[in-house]
Amino acid sequence: MSSANTPEPQKRPGAPPKRGGVPPGRSGVVAGRLPWVLVVPAVLGLGFLVLPLAGLLIRAPWATLPSRLAEPQVLEALRLSLVTATVATAVCLVLGVPLAWLLARVSFPGRRVVRALVTVPLVLPPVVGGVALLLVLGRRGVAGQWLESAFGVSLPFTTAGVVVAEAFVAMPFLVISVEGALRGADQRFEEAAATLGASRWTVFRRVTLPLVMPGVVAGAVLCWARALGEFGATITFAGNFPGRTQTMPLAVYLALETEPEAAIVLSLVLLAVSVIILASLRDRWVSA
Amino acid sequence: MFRRLSLLLAVVVVLAGCAPGEARGGELTVFAAASLTGTFTELGAAFEAEHPGVRVRFSFGSSATLAQQIAQGAPVDVFASASPATMKAATDAKAVTFARNRLRIAVPVANPAGVDELADLADPRVKVALCAEQVPCGAAAVKALEAAGVKVTPVTLERDVKATLTKVELGEVDAALVYRTDVAAAAGRVTGIDFPEAAQAVNDYPIAALTAGPAAEFVELVRSERGRDVLTRAGFEVP
Amino acid sequence: MTLHARLVVRRPAFALDVTLEVAAGEVVALLGPNGAGKTTALRALAGLTGLSGGHVTLDGLPLHELPAERRPIGMVFQDYLLFPHLSALDNVAFGPRCQGRSKTAARRVAAELLERVGLAAQASVRPAGLSGGQAQRVALARALAVRPRLLLLDEPLAALDAHTRLEVRSQLRRHLAGFDGATVLVTHDPLDAMVLADRLVVIEDGAVVQEGSPADVARRPRTAYVARLVGLNLYQGLAEGHRVKVGELLLTAAERVDGPAFVAFSPGALALYRSRPDGSPRNLWQATIDGIERHGDNVRVHLEGPIAAFADVTPAAVADLDLSPGRLVWAGVKAAETHAYPA
Repeated sequence: MSSANTPEPQKRPGAPPKRGGVPPGRSGVVAGRLPWVLVVPAVLGLGFLVLPLAGLLIRAPWATLPSRLAEPQVLEALRLSLVTATVATAVCLVLGVPLAWLLARVSFPGRRVVRALVTVPLVLPPVVGGVALLLVLGRRGVAGQWLESAFGVSLPFTTAGVVVAEAFVAMPFLVISVEGALRGADQRFEEAAATLGASRWTVFRRVTLPLVMPGVVAGAVLCWARALGEFGATITFAGNFPGRTQTMPLAVYLALETEPEAAIVLSLVLLAVSVIILASLRDRWVSA
Repeated sequence: MFRRLSLLLAVVVVLAGCAPGEARGGELTVFAAASLTGTFTELGAAFEAEHPGVRVRFSFGSSATLAQQIAQGAPVDVFASASPATMKAATDAKAVTFARNRLRIAVPVANPAGVDELADLADPRVKVALCAEQVPCGAAAVKALEAAGVKVTPVTLERDVKATLTKVELGEVDAALVYRTDVAAAAGRVTGIDFPEAAQAVNDYPIAALTAGPAAEFVELVRSERGRDVLTRAGFEVP
Repeated sequence: MTLHARLVVRRPAFALDVTLEVAAGEVVALLGPNGAGKTTALRALAGLTGLSGGHVTLDGLPLHELPAERRPIGMVFQDYLLFPHLSALDNVAFGPRCQGRSKTAARRVAAELLERVGLAAQASVRPAGLSGGQAQRVALARALAVRPRLLLLDEPLAALDAHTRLEVRSQLRRHLAGFDGATVLVTHDPLDAMVLADRLVVIEDGAVVQEGSPADVARRPRTAYVARLVGLNLYQGLAEGHRVKVGELLLTAAERVDGPAFVAFSPGALALYRSRPDGSPRNLWQATIDGIERHGDNVRVHLEGPIAAFADVTPAAVADLDLSPGRLVWAGVKAAETHAYPA
């Protein structure tokens, strides 16, 4: 025989407990001293990242800078770099966001392997990546032969080839960033959308994508920056020809062979332009 | 000049990952152009066999890069460069020419574009790779083409002769101008075609001993009968 | 009956098997302790959790064969899950848009619904700018905007503070009364269930343990959990006429029952005495005070003895009787206030 009994009816949940105030004496301690175990390595890390840039700035031949900037070859390389990096980022977005979605939301056999494969371009030396691209998309490559015979398209030594090489190397940055955002996003919003009659595509377009937009933007920025600085895969797959495939990093590399001053100027131009673009993008997204 | 070189040195040392050592008891440090990798490695082993107790350390790389390192004070005993200009940039020491290299047309074994002389390279249907003008093989190519009066529009200006040759090996281009030694090294994978105008753009390889002692002996070995034999087999011409 | 469902969900270390029938216009509350499976049942109705067995039929339509997005349902989630990047209006218009309406038409529907829940002025506000109560109403409007035949509410008031809850509860009751489809709501709060639902279904450990009108469940709890929820002392015993034997104690009840029976009385009906009273109530026993605590305006006394029980007494009585833990007292409850019903 059991006796069933009644402690008090349940307390109403919901009312947030009042937060205890911090005693005045202790608040200074809590907010005050920065832990040096964090600050020291942080400052060292920042210095490590920034000092080489400072080196470039100090050694830059400021006097000849304007005349070098006006050289048509420099402007051509800069324009080409910006255009190809932007197009490559667009390609990465179109292909990489769905790939990230697949990895984050659909479970299929071998998903772990696929996820590891996505990072291959990160690990592969870019020059090797360029050779690999040639073996597939080159004149004698499996896909390249077919592209040439079916469409008369040949990618090596073309601006499109530069985009391909940059996208290959930069895509993992986008995929990893977006996949992380997708994994971090609350999937119940997607369930809520499903109960409202949204198909999976609608859910993706109208709920998932807006929710992970910060991750997509961060990924696109990384991707763009990586594409802008791409050298090895580009010069190997797309070659080097001014106006067509010679991007800034290629121009810098060749200038380094004979004219180190020119190389420094070109590097600074590339840096300045990318910093300006990234900073302005950031402001835009932060204020939005 | 000094400032930019010191910067470059820092970059290059980090990139190359091989900071030349300080004093070298029983050690001989040789800086040599990348195209000498095979021959000099062989000669280095021979030198060590003849001089027990002396170890030969090589640093192979672009002649320009090596020259900049030397000008910057890198501890080096012997410098073998791919051009007199880079030698002059590196040192005032007396240099002698020990080898010559000349250009050849390299085509894929199948020779799909049917190239057999320099003029064929002017055909816009023939895809041609040249070295960039900034590197010695590119400068030589420009000189040779000018001498022949052939106007070529290459699809790419490669960063070094190896990269140029790779494009031929992969069949991405129909022809390229590279050194005889490179064609010899890639025998079986590419076919070499001589052309007379190559004589207008012969590359002299100077070598100089920068320190006293075994350095001079190494230079002697390179110039000896044995050295000439090794270089010739690799496709160099010897004076 | 418009909704017939048998929901079977099996997982390692958990099994749900409940049968639900809900008529059009009826509001059924699934009540139960945490982990009992009530939210799983709701998700199974919505199609968000797969069934291991059973079926869900709504107006003859086999819902269990449809994915969530094809079911004619509307769902309000515990923390509402309003899309943070859309305004209140666009949150509500989301469903109609998915049903193929034009942007303008969907927004018109949404505006009407927001008007109905009294939030016309907040139409352009994003969820982050809404108060808890407002968000709850937007969530309700969003669920209703798809014109569901079945409305599902998961702990619709749990995220609100006590004050807002009171207000939102009565509004929600009004809106549910105006909804002509079937409604299933999940709650662990008996008050919400009593106020909002026409019928309660109590789930414990994945199975239905009691079902009935709120009044019936409140009066005649059948499990310790329900008794605790409705605040009654509940015992199980063997009845013969008006007499029920609970352990060693024989209680007299108002009702006649034979066989296994439940006996319940409220803590307020239990009177305490220092010495055995004369002309006493019919049920009387000696008990030890185990604990004393405040309970609203009264004091709740925990009693040990032949049966464990709670008694609610006034603070004055505590002083008069000098009640303190460990003291021996007499406890009595009138037969008329002792209710027996078949187990």
